Amino acid sequence: MATEIPQSRQNLDPQISLYYQTRAAHHAVVTNDWLAQAQAAVGHHPEDAVSENSSLKSAGGEESGNGFSVVNEFNNWRKQPDLAEAVAAIRALASVIRSSQATTMMELEIELKKASDSLKSWDTTSISLTAGCDLFMRYVTRTSALEYEDFNSAKSRLLERAERFGEISYKARKIIAMLSQDFIFDGCTILVHGFSRVVLEVLRTAAQNRKLFRVFCTEGRPDRTGLRLSNELAKLDVPVKLLIDSAVAYSMDEVDMVFVGADGVVESGGIINMMGTYQIALVAKSMNKPVYVAAESYKFARLYPLDQKDMVPALHPIDFGVPLPSKVEVEMSARDYTPPQYLTLLFTDLGILSPSVVSDELIQLYL
Amino acid sequence: MDARRVPRTVTDPKVRQVGFFAPVAPLDGSPSGPLRPTTPSPPVSGNSLSPVMIPLPRHLSSDNAPLSPLNAGGGDSFLPVGSYNPSEFSSPTATEDFSEDNFSKDTGWILNDNSGKIATSLTPGGADKAAVKQNTHSASGLTPGITDGGPPTEVQKEQAPVSSMPLKEKTTKAERRALQEAQRAAKASATAGGSKKSVAASAVVTSANANPKKVAKAPPQKKDSSSVAASEKRAGDRQTDKDRKKDVPHPRMQFDDEDRVEKAKKRSVVKQTEARNRVELFRHLPQYEHGTRLADLESKFFQLDPVHPAVYKVGLRFLSGDISGGNARCIAMLQAFQESIKDYSTRLEKTLIEKWDLPAKINGYVSFLIECRPLSISMGNAIRFLKTQIAELPLTMSESEAKASLLSDINRFINEKIILADKVIVRHAVTKIRDGDVLLTYGSSSVVEMIFLCAHELGKQFQVVIVDSRPKHEGKMLLRRLVGKGVSCTYTHINAISYIMHEVTRVFLGASSVLSNGTVYSRVGTASVAMVAHQFHVPVLVCCEAYKFHKRVQLDSICFNELGDPDAIARVSGKEDINYLDDWTSSENLQLLNLTYDATPSDYTSMIITEYGMIPPTSVPVIVQEYGGEHLWI
Repeated sequence: MATEIPQSRQNLDPQISLYYQTRAAHHAVVTNDWLAQAQAAVGHHPEDAVSENSSLKSAGGEESGNGFSVVNEFNNWRKQPDLAEAVAAIRALASVIRSSQATTMMELEIELKKASDSLKSWDTTSISLTAGCDLFMRYVTRTSALEYEDFNSAKSRLLERAERFGEISYKARKIIAMLSQDFIFDGCTILVHGFSRVVLEVLRTAAQNRKLFRVFCTEGRPDRTGLRLSNELAKLDVPVKLLIDSAVAYSMDEVDMVFVGADGVVESGGIINMMGTYQIALVAKSMNKPVYVAAESYKFARLYPLDQKDMVPALHPIDFGVPLPSKVEVEMSARDYTPPQYLTLLFTDLGILSPSVVSDELIQLYL
Repeated sequence: MDARRVPRTVTDPKVRQVGFFAPVAPLDGSPSGPLRPTTPSPPVSGNSLSPVMIPLPRHLSSDNAPLSPLNAGGGDSFLPVGSYNPSEFSSPTATEDFSEDNFSKDTGWILNDNSGKIATSLTPGGADKAAVKQNTHSASGLTPGITDGGPPTEVQKEQAPVSSMPLKEKTTKAERRALQEAQRAAKASATAGGSKKSVAASAVVTSANANPKKVAKAPPQKKDSSSVAASEKRAGDRQTDKDRKKDVPHPRMQFDDEDRVEKAKKRSVVKQTEARNRVELFRHLPQYEHGTRLADLESKFFQLDPVHPAVYKVGLRFLSGDISGGNARCIAMLQAFQESIKDYSTRLEKTLIEKWDLPAKINGYVSFLIECRPLSISMGNAIRFLKTQIAELPLTMSESEAKASLLSDINRFINEKIILADKVIVRHAVTKIRDGDVLLTYGSSSVVEMIFLCAHELGKQFQVVIVDSRPKHEGKMLLRRLVGKGVSCTYTHINAISYIMHEVTRVFLGASSVLSNGTVYSRVGTASVAMVAHQFHVPVLVCCEAYKFHKRVQLDSICFNELGDPDAIARVSGKEDINYLDDWTSSENLQLLNLTYDATPSDYTSMIITEYGMIPPTSVPVIVQEYGGEHLWI
């Protein structure tokens, strides 16, 4: 197969963000336990035909198939709904290094760049994917030892850093869960929006630590992710209350803190997250409730939106349940941008940061 | 404004009269009713500048032994120190009778009362001034050289930082002008003679601020100076008053600190007269009468050895306003330095250290440029870079190699930090311009102009609103250039900013510098534009090269600024019939303030675009820290 990405791998409908399609596919499954069995259902995506082929290939495919195998590898990883996309990408890129046949550093870097680009183009609307790939490239190549050692040791050095980055990213969720335990006190009420696996991890850890708290969950239309989240929480024996999206301001009085995840953290310190986050942050700020964001550090992106429309649009089909006349326009954007002044703290695997630190970290990394 | 200032030292308290008060005429020699013991006397109407100062507390003056004879000798002018005594007013005449030695003491002592009439200058110059005042007071003409009395003068200094305000009323404009002339003559002769006494003679303020040491230096030279008369009365005479921060080192020269002003005048190449009618709050900034310097400098073109002709030319162009704008001034200055380095040749000493006096020369050039026009922050950073490069030259280098290396360093600096940085900034900024945008800019920034032209070339459809303001009207040139390239523009004045802001989608601003707390230091008026934009939720993008960043922090626009020519405000070009302010200098109650820069707080800035990318204002210290060091090993 050529190094080009097969058509089936592209977005089925270029208008619709594949990122959110995937998430929707994941969310369709009710619980984590079903996922293993539901893999087949997920795996019946059209791309599976190709991926099955690729799984037959050895990880160290021919050079001509490298670009191909990256995305394959990526998809393999991505099949685990519990694994974040960016982490899957990072792992895939690490495997590129491992399986690379390059003989010089330059060649290796070019290969990596190509692989990274192909991954990014697979879904241009996914911020964490782009950010993860970029950060991986910077992190891995940011060692001065590359210039002095012979190729093989340099390559193993790169591989080492790549795997370490993969490990860090994979464990990021656990670190964040640990760090945020201090902020959940007994008897508190937490408002959650959108289904973020990081936030779920935080709450799961808190429940395991025998903290007493209750959770308000927004419905999260049109994905109805709130329903899934409430299901998960109920299984953890955490008292959950479901709110429709419009009831947030109504219930904000009783809430002690707001917890959200992030699709991407931008340079200004703001976040890009599921549609509705900005609204909740505005209400929370006006009522003096803290808004905490749980985001892994590989989500720091080099974007700087000035307003809501300043981003790459990511559209998502909305099913209203009734047919609409064709003249009626629908706002289909799947995400919004929350400026940093409405956020209180960011919980990341680098520590608990204030929003303005994001840019500092990026500057130092992109030195 | 006045009420904000707090007396800084115990020894030098000042009180300004706030509010409306009738000018008092205490100089007529009679105890004046309006002078109340407990309140500071009103500023003398003749001099709009200095406030009257509270006399020294009693305990200070009592420390001085020399005073006591005065008390005894004072006779009718005997006063308990620190108390008000109307009979003081007659003391000026009385002091004339004192011996030279006692004179300054006396004046100093006299200052201790509340009347605050007499300025004592602790410096001999001050003594002169006091003498002069008293002379004028008694209308006896100018007495030469009271001077002397070094130690007593010092003592006096300690005690009497008082303005000579009450006395000033007596002097008419003609007299002041005469004094000025004499003073200038004295200075001219002094510079010819090269003696220090000219400095003393030209001392602006005689008072309180000078260090005792400095005073000690001055008196010996002062003695013979006939410039006594000249010494004080400058136009707009800065009184002693002000802060006597004796031993506190100033990061920049505070122009209300007299001894430093004197020292600077000693070294100055450019002769300039202080401006009249200076605004109280901005006394710490230099302001000179415009128009006097240019002609003077032009005539001296072929005589100023210490200054290289290229630097001289650049200085003249700064002075006349030909070159303005941070980047343009910086590049012009660096190119002038390049010329001077090319022509530089070491002295004939053996060792590199002795013969390599380039740093000293550069310092000289820099002081000259400062006198022409205060340095912008970008120029300061460039000079620091140059000095570091000079200091880091290995001693083993030959002269021609060293010169070549310096020249290439300067070229590299200009190229990388200014020209290429601008290109990168333009590249980042055009991504923020969408079709259908209405972009607003204020004044004329070179980077913002480049951004607009580049976006236009890329085919983006947008409109530009140029906001302009008096007195410089810099936006007009930008308007002309943009319209010439086919960009559709609107031009308006800053009064209309809130009217037009609701149509604007983005605001692009340039900056003279960005400080470490995210404050943007830029042309005056920028802060207003940014505030209005913030209120209308319009994003404000500040475009600034990283070499202009500074690690200083500034909270307001007052503590560091540049004062322009106040006459520019008084006149409206093209409308000669608006001449109400033609004689504003003669009015004591009117001061004109022409600020050049202002500080925009970081809350009003959405993002700063530098060559390192688009960063929030909170990340400026990181850039300064990480990349500031690059100046050293660029």
